[in-house]
Amino acid sequence: MPIGAVIEFSNITKRFGQTTAVNDLSFTVEPGRVTGFLGPNGAGKTTTLRMLLGLVTPTSGTATFGGLRYRDLPRPLDTVGAALEAASFHPGRTASNHLGVYTLAAGLPRTRVAEVLQLVGLAEHADQRVGGYSLGMRQRLGLAYSLLGDPGVLVLDEPINGLDPEGIKWIRGFLSSMAAEGRTVLVSSHLLSEVQQSVDDVIIIAKGELVHSGPLSSLDTNVAPQVIVDSPTRETLIAALTDAGLAFTSGRTGLIVAVPDPGQVGHIAFAAGVELSVLHRQKAGLEDSFLALVEGGDSL
Amino acid sequence: MNLILRPVAAEFAKILSTRMWWILALVLFGYIALLAGGLSALFGGVESGAISPDSMNSGGGAGLSTLGSLPPLIYSFAASVGYVFPVLLGALATTGEFRHQTLTPTFLATPRRDRVLGAKTIALFVVGAVLGLVGLAASVGVGALVFNGFGIDPLLADGETWALIGRTVLAMALWAVIGVGLGVLVPSQVASIVIVLAFTQFIEPLLRFASTFTEVTADIGKFLPGAASDALVGASFFTLASPGGSVLEPWQGGLVLLAYGLLATGFGYLISWKRDVT
Repeated sequence: MPIGAVIEFSNITKRFGQTTAVNDLSFTVEPGRVTGFLGPNGAGKTTTLRMLLGLVTPTSGTATFGGLRYRDLPRPLDTVGAALEAASFHPGRTASNHLGVYTLAAGLPRTRVAEVLQLVGLAEHADQRVGGYSLGMRQRLGLAYSLLGDPGVLVLDEPINGLDPEGIKWIRGFLSSMAAEGRTVLVSSHLLSEVQQSVDDVIIIAKGELVHSGPLSSLDTNVAPQVIVDSPTRETLIAALTDAGLAFTSGRTGLIVAVPDPGQVGHIAFAAGVELSVLHRQKAGLEDSFLALVEGGDSL
Repeated sequence: MNLILRPVAAEFAKILSTRMWWILALVLFGYIALLAGGLSALFGGVESGAISPDSMNSGGGAGLSTLGSLPPLIYSFAASVGYVFPVLLGALATTGEFRHQTLTPTFLATPRRDRVLGAKTIALFVVGAVLGLVGLAASVGVGALVFNGFGIDPLLADGETWALIGRTVLAMALWAVIGVGLGVLVPSQVASIVIVLAFTQFIEPLLRFASTFTEVTADIGKFLPGAASDALVGASFFTLASPGGSVLEPWQGGLVLLAYGLLATGFGYLISWKRDVT
């Protein structure tokens, strides 16, 4: 079983002329977990991943796999599998021949081609020219390329883009199983909701800078929870809350009270003899925390 | 050793897994066969008396015998006319990587980019040589057949003919290397193709013709790639049609062609190949 290596970015910076695309980014990605690499479009995700893979030369800093830069890996495709956003295919080449070229380059057995095409569900389209592929099929072919060397590290740039719901479900399961086998899985996305169900850790960048890193659950604590409450006689509830001195706002499904404890609100209602139809705690969605972090980056 | 053999094998697979190489080979064969067949029939007819010299406007058969032996002239069409095909194939092989963004999977599989470019040069050299054989199959195959028909010795038993065939293969191989160089120098596929066609079909012939006007320019003109290629092959319609032009030795012509290929590839490596792949 391939063993995942730790990916380490240290103080990596990329400037294109006057623009700084990535600024002094440092973080690590651990094996055995799916790590979401998140940020809005243009945040520098792709540039960061391309620096990791030796395709873009950093202005300063390093990115390594178990201490080795990509270009110094003795057998790169056996160590790291990468699928980048751009559709990198010659349209006149069949999927099978496309992958065959790179098994030759990497010294892998040609039998891997059929195996990875089977794995991503493209077996029956193996001898079709890639020019006729749909976006979803191209995504799968990109993924097939990344799996050629059965690598311990997977680096996937926006792998969910263009997949149909069935494909999305499939890739979520796939990523989790890869991580469960002890591989390092780094997946970028501009939408948290897209990867939320499959990632264990998140790295969030905005404007080329790190704004948050940690387990997915760490996003929870960033925005205070609220209580949603409603009553068939909303006026009496409003009066009760006002008497108790609690701040609230009117929402679509009831009143939003800025306290963390539903019990406290329930007690006030009970004491005032107000019948309740709704009472629950609402966590601010992870997406809200994510957006707050990312937009916080704007004000920097 | 695997470090260079593997990328070379991959580069061969790239060329052979798309249709371009055999389309170009087919067109090359047809074009050269038509030209060699037509002109050998015309010259052969005049030489053998089957066509009256008076029917030609160029002053008659006396001029033809000054052209020297006919077969080498016809055989050399494979390179002197066909060289645009290996250049195109070389340029397409390189610019296609930029255009279809296949540099990404290529450099992921072989992070040492100098090895990839070296491998591409080797692969295209070999495929260029194969195109040379295709061109020769047309020029020698059809030419010799027609000469035989007119009772002219096709010189196939002559060692010099076979030396010319060997030098033609080498010239075509070197042209493919020049194509690779052009492709990294001008990564835009459209621009590259336009340059190949404009330069080989129009600009260079004009320059070569103009350079024969004075001795000084003739000394420069013989270093033009097409002139060097003709010098390497050792016979060409162009050289014979402008007898005033000075000509390099075959080995010098070969070195000049090689220099063009390596210089273009070297500069291209620095200009485009080493740059960020985004």
